[in-house]
Amino acid sequence: MNINLTLIGQSITFALFVWFCMKFIWPPVIGALEARRKEIADGLAAAERGQHAQELAEKRATEHIKEAKGQASDIITQAQKRASEIVEEAKGDAKTEANRIVVGANAEIEQETNRAREQLRQEVVVLAIVGAEKVLKREVDKKVHAATLNELAAQL
Amino acid sequence: MAGEAQTASEYIKHHLQNLTYGKFPEGYDNAGSWGFAHTAQEAKDMGFMAVHVDTMLFSIMLGVVFLFFFHKAAKYATEGVPGGLQNFVEWVIEFIDSNVRDSFTGKNPLVAPMALTLFIWILLMNLMDLVPVDWLPQLAGIVGSGVFGVDPHHVYFKIVPTTDPNATFGMALAIFALTMFYSVKIKGIGGFMAELTMQPFEAKSLPVKIFLIPINFFLEFVGLISKPISLSLRLFGNLYAGEMIFILIALLYGSGLTLFVFAGVLQWAWAVFHVLIITLQAFIFMTLAVVYMEMAHHHH
Repeated sequence: MNINLTLIGQSITFALFVWFCMKFIWPPVIGALEARRKEIADGLAAAERGQHAQELAEKRATEHIKEAKGQASDIITQAQKRASEIVEEAKGDAKTEANRIVVGANAEIEQETNRAREQLRQEVVVLAIVGAEKVLKREVDKKVHAATLNELAAQL
Repeated sequence: MAGEAQTASEYIKHHLQNLTYGKFPEGYDNAGSWGFAHTAQEAKDMGFMAVHVDTMLFSIMLGVVFLFFFHKAAKYATEGVPGGLQNFVEWVIEFIDSNVRDSFTGKNPLVAPMALTLFIWILLMNLMDLVPVDWLPQLAGIVGSGVFGVDPHHVYFKIVPTTDPNATFGMALAIFALTMFYSVKIKGIGGFMAELTMQPFEAKSLPVKIFLIPINFFLEFVGLISKPISLSLRLFGNLYAGEMIFILIALLYGSGLTLFVFAGVLQWAWAVFHVLIITLQAFIFMTLAVVYMEMAHHHH
């Protein structure tokens, strides 16, 4: 129960222990605790961010699909319109072409008819002359009558 | 019991005497030289120039045990999954940290480690109280007589450092010094002196103020001094009383079979109850030390 040097010894011992604790024990443990707390908080925040991002992505995907669907139906409508237009155009073209062919054919036919008629006329003239020659050979002067007949043929 | 030749009174006195190493005073054959005191009277005569070897030994040993394990945990502390020791250390440190945060609002990196050291160290020193009172003193007696050839009755060995007022006063003094240091550092000498002299009685006019200074100083000074004294005496008193009861129970063992059994039951019951006191006193000491530090950091 005597108070003696132990008092001072204990004070110094205590001070040394506190110093050691303050220097080598407290900071690393508290540091580890803080770091872990931060890591957990970061993890939770990241998880929340991920969830949020996923929600956004889903929303965007739905929008994209909707847009694509709209575009597709637009394209189909346009294509159908274009197809019917092409059909109409083709119909018009075909009609014009047919008309053109008919006109050409008619002209050709007329030409042929005219040529045949001319040829026929020449042949008739020659034939008539031959016939007339044969008839008149004996009685009519060939030269006088030829002039008369040529005049006649020009009137045909 | 320590020996057949001892009376109950001798037995108790023997248990309450520290192993003292000191300078022999005038009047002894070997006056002026240093050595172990063989009787309580010798230890007393040595006065201030003596050291309680057992107190120092056990307090330092327990402190080193505490620092060793905590340092081991701190060195390998990871922010990942903690191991068993780290888990325990973290649990203790978080407990201390939350307690300190509750009662200490200032910014001082010293306070929390100080609280941790106080709590664990005092708890460990108090725990020595649960070791049966005769085991280690008897062992010391055997070693003393066997190795050093001393009369075992003159080998004193007190294994609970907190039943030595030197230990509790030592800690309280260190805390008192810290509070004084931070009081002056935070508030300045003027602020600290004003705190000591301008309250609790306050006055508007200067003469009355001057008149009140001695009264205020007396009250505040008593309050200031009573803090370390009450802090250390509370711990010492509780543990000393507990130790005394263990010693008295131990006395019963030698008085017949019935009392032997009764003493066994009593010792167990008192030890269970004492666990509460041990923890509580360590906690109170720590909390009050933190509160005193808080008071040193704030104007009031």
